[in-house]
Amino acid sequence: MSAVMNATAAEMNERSEGVWRAAWRRFKTDRVGLVSMGVVAIFLVMILLSATGVVARNFQQEVAVPNAPPSFLGARAAEKAAAAVAAPLTPNVDLSDIDPLAPRYAEWAEKAKQYHTTETVKATTLPLGADRLGRDVLSKAQKGTEISVFVGVLAALVATILGTLLGASAGFFGKKVDDFLEWLYNVFTAIPDILLIFAFAAVLGRGIGTVVLILGLTGWTSLYRQVRAEFIKHRQREYVRAAEAIGASSFSRMFRHILPNVSHVVLVRMSLMVVGFIKSEVILSYLGLGVPVDQVSWGTMLAESQAELILGYWWQLAAATVFMAVFVTAFSLMADAWRDALDTKLRGQE
Amino acid sequence: MLAYLIRRLWQMIPTLIGVVLLVFVLFKYFGSDPAVILAGQNATQAQIAAIRQQLGLDQPAWFQLWIFIKQIATFDWGKSWATNEAVSHLFATRMPATLTVMIPIVLLDTILAIPVALGVAYVRGSWTDRTLMVATTIALSISFLVYVIIGQYVFGFQLGWFPVQGWSDSTLTNLIVYCPLPVLLAVAVGISPQTRLYRTFFLDELSHDYVRTARAKGLSERSVLFKHVLRNAMIPILTNVGLALPGIFVGSFLIEFFFSIPGMGREVLLAVNRSDYPVIQASAVYLAMMTMLVNLATDLLYKVVDPRVVLK
Repeated sequence: MSAVMNATAAEMNERSEGVWRAAWRRFKTDRVGLVSMGVVAIFLVMILLSATGVVARNFQQEVAVPNAPPSFLGARAAEKAAAAVAAPLTPNVDLSDIDPLAPRYAEWAEKAKQYHTTETVKATTLPLGADRLGRDVLSKAQKGTEISVFVGVLAALVATILGTLLGASAGFFGKKVDDFLEWLYNVFTAIPDILLIFAFAAVLGRGIGTVVLILGLTGWTSLYRQVRAEFIKHRQREYVRAAEAIGASSFSRMFRHILPNVSHVVLVRMSLMVVGFIKSEVILSYLGLGVPVDQVSWGTMLAESQAELILGYWWQLAAATVFMAVFVTAFSLMADAWRDALDTKLRGQE
Repeated sequence: MLAYLIRRLWQMIPTLIGVVLLVFVLFKYFGSDPAVILAGQNATQAQIAAIRQQLGLDQPAWFQLWIFIKQIATFDWGKSWATNEAVSHLFATRMPATLTVMIPIVLLDTILAIPVALGVAYVRGSWTDRTLMVATTIALSISFLVYVIIGQYVFGFQLGWFPVQGWSDSTLTNLIVYCPLPVLLAVAVGISPQTRLYRTFFLDELSHDYVRTARAKGLSERSVLFKHVLRNAMIPILTNVGLALPGIFVGSFLIEFFFSIPGMGREVLLAVNRSDYPVIQASAVYLAMMTMLVNLATDLLYKVVDPRVVLK
């Protein structure tokens, strides 16, 4: 008897383990998830360094010769061929008697001395090479990571807030509110995603803020659906009714009582959205609808690299692709691991 | 059946009204003033006012909405602001190119993904399965842009197997000469997510009791997989293909953009860059209609695939 009671007590303890703690316990056993979280953490540190200006502050400066190759390839031999054009041996013909500007040359030379240009030594190689203008590809890739990830995360945040608010209202209040929001959902999903994004882009113009807004305003539908389903499930549970009985307001029941219990669903869906939005940002920027030219993102790097590749300068393409592929792979594996750890019912699903 | 059809069509009306309202509000209240866009940079105030009157922009909002609805109903969107081409003509001439390139893509995607997914689902947990899943994860994380840039460079420029881009007037030439490269690249990109998705569908079915029963009564593996599992997994697969179908009519914007294919997607993209509102509005509204109709058609197809489905 006591053994049975002990078992129940142990079970109770087990059950009272918080959802986050339990998730962390499951997550710790997932080696792929841990490694990918480490990779994402490294990226986050890099983004922090680049945002505070420790690295990649000079990404717009022309620090190397145009299209300087990566260091491991060594300097380009073509440079020598350009220098090999022989300088004329004879002195320049003296034109001063017929040159109408001749009397003022001395004066101008005097004036020119007041300005001094510093001739920086342009590097012939850089760790990851240079682009068409001689900008450091490594710095650009770091800065591009910052912008692309920033846009993806912020857009996911906008979409999450929208989707959660609307989904919570629809699921909690039901009836007319639900009918209206379901109608809104049908309208937004009736128009193909990419067309909706383009329509918003045509109207709202360009810029980082706009991209965030566009992706957020068009991407909330999947989260809305899931949060709504969760709220419908939870609103009749005992703890919510108990809260109602002691006089908790609708707002308090929705966001202080139910939301913490469904927050894992929101988090998982949000991390999946980040990946999708990063990919969309890259494509929008490539098409010239996203990040403006004075900024750099993975999309603008890919757009520039297309012309460079034809000339055989492949490093910018490679840098942008590798940075993006590593981050996106790590982030999606991490999101999958989170989903498996947090939402056991969804395990193994797409 | 007929009652079902009528009810479904009836239910589309509120959604359709919503789409019309969304597009109308978006362009009326958030877009820049059409009269200013149309008049150009050196327009006088009088010219802008004249255009305003011509477009009915000086009328109250409800009247403008009425004009908008009339345009939708009569298929008369006037002319594109940028090229002066009638919007209906634009739709009619761009659609064939889009269909020429998109239909092979959707067909190949589905036809190739189903056997691969069935195969890996059958040997789940094996080395092949895991390698393929890792490969698809990595393939998914590389931007579509990179596939196209490298594909054009390697197959078009370096190896010279296909023209880098182009289009002709003859459908046959298009299919044989210009389509292979875009189709190849799009299928290469599309097959990863499809395979992953279909694999989960097959896994779901394989764990059901009827599979065990079928094996227990001595059916061959081939018969179990292709007669029983495949048929049952067709429902989610059909849903998925159905969801992808409306995309056919827009074409993949990127594919048409990269390969200079004069289709709908490229046209819409050009319209976005030129602030050519009539083209964007028309395509948004008609594509929404198309999406709803295709969804209905998919639901009807369920009945064919699975006789147990009752349409309510």
